[in-house]
Amino acid sequence: MPDPLPPAEKPAPVAARFSLLTGAKRWLFLGIAIAILLSQFSGEFNRYYLGIVIDVGIAIILAVSLNLINGHTGQFSLGHAGFMAVGGYFAAWLSLTLGPNAKMLFPVSLLAGGLLAALVGLVVGIPSLRLRGDYLAIVTLGFGEIIRVVAQTTDAVGAASGLKGIPKFTDLGWTFGLVAVTVYTITALVNSTYGRGFLAVHDDEIAAESSGIGTTRYKVTAFVTGAFFAGIAGGLYAHHKQFLSPTGFDWIKSIEIVVMVILGGMGRTVGVICAAILLTVMPELLREFSEYRMIVYALLIIFLMLLRPGGLFTLNRKRRSAA
Amino acid sequence: MDFQQTVQQLINGIGLGSIYALIALGYTMVYGVLRFINFAHSDVLMLGAFSAFYIAPKVEKVMGPQSAAGAIVVIALAAVICACIGMLIEFLAYRPLRKRPKLTVLITAIGVSLFIEFSCQNPALFNSDTKRFPTLLPEKQFNFGGLVMGSNDIIVPLVTALLLGGMWFIVQKTKVGTAMRAVSFNQQAASLMGVPVNRIISFTFGLGSALAAIAGILYSIKAPGIEPLMGVQPGLRAFIAAVVGGIGNLPGAVLGGLLIGIVETFAGGIPGLSNYRDAIAFGILILILLFKPAGLLGRATIEKV
Repeated sequence: MPDPLPPAEKPAPVAARFSLLTGAKRWLFLGIAIAILLSQFSGEFNRYYLGIVIDVGIAIILAVSLNLINGHTGQFSLGHAGFMAVGGYFAAWLSLTLGPNAKMLFPVSLLAGGLLAALVGLVVGIPSLRLRGDYLAIVTLGFGEIIRVVAQTTDAVGAASGLKGIPKFTDLGWTFGLVAVTVYTITALVNSTYGRGFLAVHDDEIAAESSGIGTTRYKVTAFVTGAFFAGIAGGLYAHHKQFLSPTGFDWIKSIEIVVMVILGGMGRTVGVICAAILLTVMPELLREFSEYRMIVYALLIIFLMLLRPGGLFTLNRKRRSAA
Repeated sequence: MDFQQTVQQLINGIGLGSIYALIALGYTMVYGVLRFINFAHSDVLMLGAFSAFYIAPKVEKVMGPQSAAGAIVVIALAAVICACIGMLIEFLAYRPLRKRPKLTVLITAIGVSLFIEFSCQNPALFNSDTKRFPTLLPEKQFNFGGLVMGSNDIIVPLVTALLLGGMWFIVQKTKVGTAMRAVSFNQQAASLMGVPVNRIISFTFGLGSALAAIAGILYSIKAPGIEPLMGVQPGLRAFIAAVVGGIGNLPGAVLGGLLIGIVETFAGGIPGLSNYRDAIAFGILILILLFKPAGLLGRATIEKV
């Protein structure tokens, strides 16, 4: 005898379905509201701590967006810093070109930086996502390096000496508002009906393809979305540090972001956010021991892989097999 | 660019390419047995150069300055030291991860690489300043009707050819080599046939690391400033070379190394392109992977379910 069907759920009232304040959206707007509210008091905070908090926000955007590619979709990209560089340089260049109106057009610059990064992600993704595993890692690393070399040789963005004098537009409100948008968009995307495809690609590419899921399409979507948010993060970074140098976007930077994703447990958004916070704050705490800072960092990666490959914050839950 | 310049550039390119080829051989051999990219390989290369740096003055006291025998002793000692370091890295960091996903091992390799680099930059160890590599052999210049060739330009390709021959012999003609190929083909089946898998993998790491050490010394003879990050650039190029040639394939590694070395040397000679040298190697890699995803000499494998 077939199991009885569960009782049909009562459809939500129309007003509630279209309301802005239901489910996850509530958190999105709460996040943005808190960010804007806090940002009103930024004058009260210690500038040094304020800087670190903004660093943390940027790191969260980078880590959560890479998590879509490396965690949820199970691809291995080593070129995230490259997309960050594209967005950062383009947004900064726009701000410098626009002159007095730049502050008003800051969101436009950020968006343009993100869109250009997404476009580059599309150009990079379509050919390279046919490759798998190690090869994809190498090719994305290669693209990241090529982007860095291009920045290093383009005079319009200061070439090797870097881009100086970028206006300081990034504040708490922008940073954490965009953190909320990023986390919401990516979580909603992955949890949507469409988004199940990312997880299917992650779990078993061949099985997913046999079930009629366009794996390449999903991989490219993940790649382009990830690149877009990396570009936004780059724009925030540029208007926070007020200086961009090509050497800041080398593959060590990409690896830092990858480590955040792994430390957080590949595909676990909350874990990845915690890892981004930890890995941004830790170097500041270790500043006194700066000679040993990076040695500790390297050992952390090795021991983590040996002892807790499922991530630092994963409890005794059964972990999804990482591909 | 006239004919003479072209030949000159070609000679320089082959010299550089041979060094890349030697490093690429190590990458490829490790990939062959373990199916992962040993990111720490480029740091073993650096450790090889530093071992030679510290051994050379002591050997000089015994064997006399700049003698051929002395140079061979220095290279051999550095190779042995690095072979031990390579086996130690494998034992401590990679062996416990044998059954884990490849990605885990890859990240561990990146961690090991960063660990070696930053430890060596510490003032307590080598410090991050550039040290002058001692002259192991007196450099002689030969002049062939206007073509200038340093003695090193001849020695380096010769050593590479010799070592490649040696590797081919080990892999194809010896019992250990047969075991290496068996492990590469199917680790589990090899183990069931009585191949000591762990020992074979250890041996492969030792062999690859010894090659890296020799390559590091040859590289330092050509460009005699050594520092803890010196391995990164040649390592990255050699790694590209290994993939271009078809990773896991010995002649492919040499072919890829020579290709990257020659193209890079020629690009360095063209004014507008010289700034893009780093990008060119990756450009070649991406082009080749797009059209031949398994590399020039690699065989495409069909994924079975």
